[in-house]
Amino acid sequence: MSTPVLLAAGNATTEHRPLIIALFGAFVVATLVITVWAGRQTRSAADFYAGGRQFTGFQNGLAISGDYMSAASFLGIAGAIALFGYDGFLYSIGFLVAWLVALLLVAEPLRNSGRFTMGDVLAYRMRQRPVRTAAGTSTIVVSIFYLLAQMAGAGVLVSLLLGITSDGGKVAIVALVGLLMIVYVTIGGMKGTTWVQMVKAVLLIAGTLLITFLILLKFHFNVSELLGAAATNSGKGAAFLEPGLKYGATATSKLDFLSLGIALVLGTAGLPHILIRFYTVPTAKAARKSVNWAIGIIGAFYLMTIVLGFGAAALLKNGDIVASNKAGNTAAPLAALEIGGGAGSTGGAILLAVISAVAFATILAVVAGLTLASSSSFAHDIYANVIRRGKATEQEEVRAARWATVLIGVVSIALGALARDLNVAGLVALAFAVAASANLPTILYSLFWKRFTTRGALWSIYGGLISAVVLVVFSPVVSGKPTSMFKTVDFYWFPLENPGLVSIPLGFLLGWLGSVLSKEEPDKGKYAELEVKSLTGVGAH
Amino acid sequence: MATEAPPPRNGTETAHAPASPTTEQFVEVQEGAEFGELRRTHRSFAFPLTLAFIAWYLLYVLLSNYAGDFMGTKLFGNVNVALVLGLGQFATTFLIAWLYSRHAANRLDPKAEAIKHRMEADA
Repeated sequence: MSTPVLLAAGNATTEHRPLIIALFGAFVVATLVITVWAGRQTRSAADFYAGGRQFTGFQNGLAISGDYMSAASFLGIAGAIALFGYDGFLYSIGFLVAWLVALLLVAEPLRNSGRFTMGDVLAYRMRQRPVRTAAGTSTIVVSIFYLLAQMAGAGVLVSLLLGITSDGGKVAIVALVGLLMIVYVTIGGMKGTTWVQMVKAVLLIAGTLLITFLILLKFHFNVSELLGAAATNSGKGAAFLEPGLKYGATATSKLDFLSLGIALVLGTAGLPHILIRFYTVPTAKAARKSVNWAIGIIGAFYLMTIVLGFGAAALLKNGDIVASNKAGNTAAPLAALEIGGGAGSTGGAILLAVISAVAFATILAVVAGLTLASSSSFAHDIYANVIRRGKATEQEEVRAARWATVLIGVVSIALGALARDLNVAGLVALAFAVAASANLPTILYSLFWKRFTTRGALWSIYGGLISAVVLVVFSPVVSGKPTSMFKTVDFYWFPLENPGLVSIPLGFLLGWLGSVLSKEEPDKGKYAELEVKSLTGVGAH
Repeated sequence: MATEAPPPRNGTETAHAPASPTTEQFVEVQEGAEFGELRRTHRSFAFPLTLAFIAWYLLYVLLSNYAGDFMGTKLFGNVNVALVLGLGQFATTFLIAWLYSRHAANRLDPKAEAIKHRMEADA
């Protein structure tokens, strides 16, 4: 395959590697300074878990955007659009619409009735120990899947952008990302993590805005012209602008798309690292404002990724995108190189370096948020409330959270190093499916259904969690296809890559069934407390 | 300050929380007309709207899946129905967020604050 652009990109990255490393280094130094500063103000549990609850709605909205816009959505969506046209764009819609579930049903009640974790709300009316254990388990499973995808993604990205191809080099990058995230979270807690996410969000938006502007400029701000050029250059013509190139092949792939769509739209409001962000603001009103800002920022960002993706399709040869990375993950950086003047030009190299550094920043901010969510849940739900039965002091709890961060960091470095060559796209979709199947039903029933019981909560968390994980293990994501994690063995029987279509209704059904079938009476007093608090904010602090 | 803190009660209360109303007071408020009105105002707005935007989103996904020809109809230039409906999802998301926030600020916040202030004063 002739890949002049790619080769040139390789040369450019090697030539300008010092520039990329300098930009990335500047981000790391700046965030470490912020982290140390934040760490000096982190004393109580509320500081560590919730950043002292003093962020404004706008700041938190920015941080939520920084937490949510992962490398998967930045590089993945632009890449999917560059390769499959319209079908790539479908992802971003699910990711965005999902925020309405958080806004209308979850953010404010959660802020009003919980303190630090998702488990606070789920266990409120229930028997503490079993429900806290379940909530902690589900939080940690969702976060680890998500974390793994980000870590493995970091390895892939760095190898492509810096031209590091040796296994040792990739492992070193994964270890570096892991170490930085441990430092951010153990020292800076939620306050440090939040600032890292805000800085990243600003950089990501600024970088994307610049490339979007340059692409639109090239096509005279005429979207129709851009679309036409993309369709022609892709070699697929009008079909490139219509649904079906990625998911339209068979009845199964269509069903898979439906399953993915449902998981995306219902998963966001059950993602623990998103939910804990609502605790960083002082009131439910500020939580509402933060979601509104997040919807605006994330929506604008996804609109720009459409231009980025179609721009890449219009400017680059399809073969070059695929040769660089089969999933199209490098389409956005390659488009940046091209729009800056092409391979060999200084403008191109600078833009490529900027976009690469932004991508690193993106990964670091997201992994820090995920690590904080899982270590908070471990320390607050499992250690303080299950193991110590609510008798741990704040200091002991925060110490446990810091150790949990180190442990989770080390585990994810190890798993990330092992997973570096696996197909990781399934992991993010799985995290969304588990969040939608195990967490969302329990959150909604807890807040809005007075007859919900401990058994219902346990059935829906474990039922949703186990069914989602089992279905993925026996899906083509894991075995039996050329794109599977294990290509050489074949034990799949569940045809869909995303389990949501089955596991989400199952999670809701089990929550209802478990409650109806349990002998225990729902705790009327506790539900009164939870419901009144969740809608009015009485006693919220 | 952390070392002075007594163990948190049943894991959901902190040591330095504002004085909290009793469970009986919560039950009384929950069963009262004022809170019933607040609950109705929230649910009658949020629940149907949630069902509506999920249905609208699913309709869009199903059209993309099973109505390719319709979605491919060109409207102007290279812009087709699929793209317009996709951007329509962005537009309705922004619109619903705005509608809800307006509803919350006008209809929910005053009721919620009245109950909150009275309960915290009584506690």
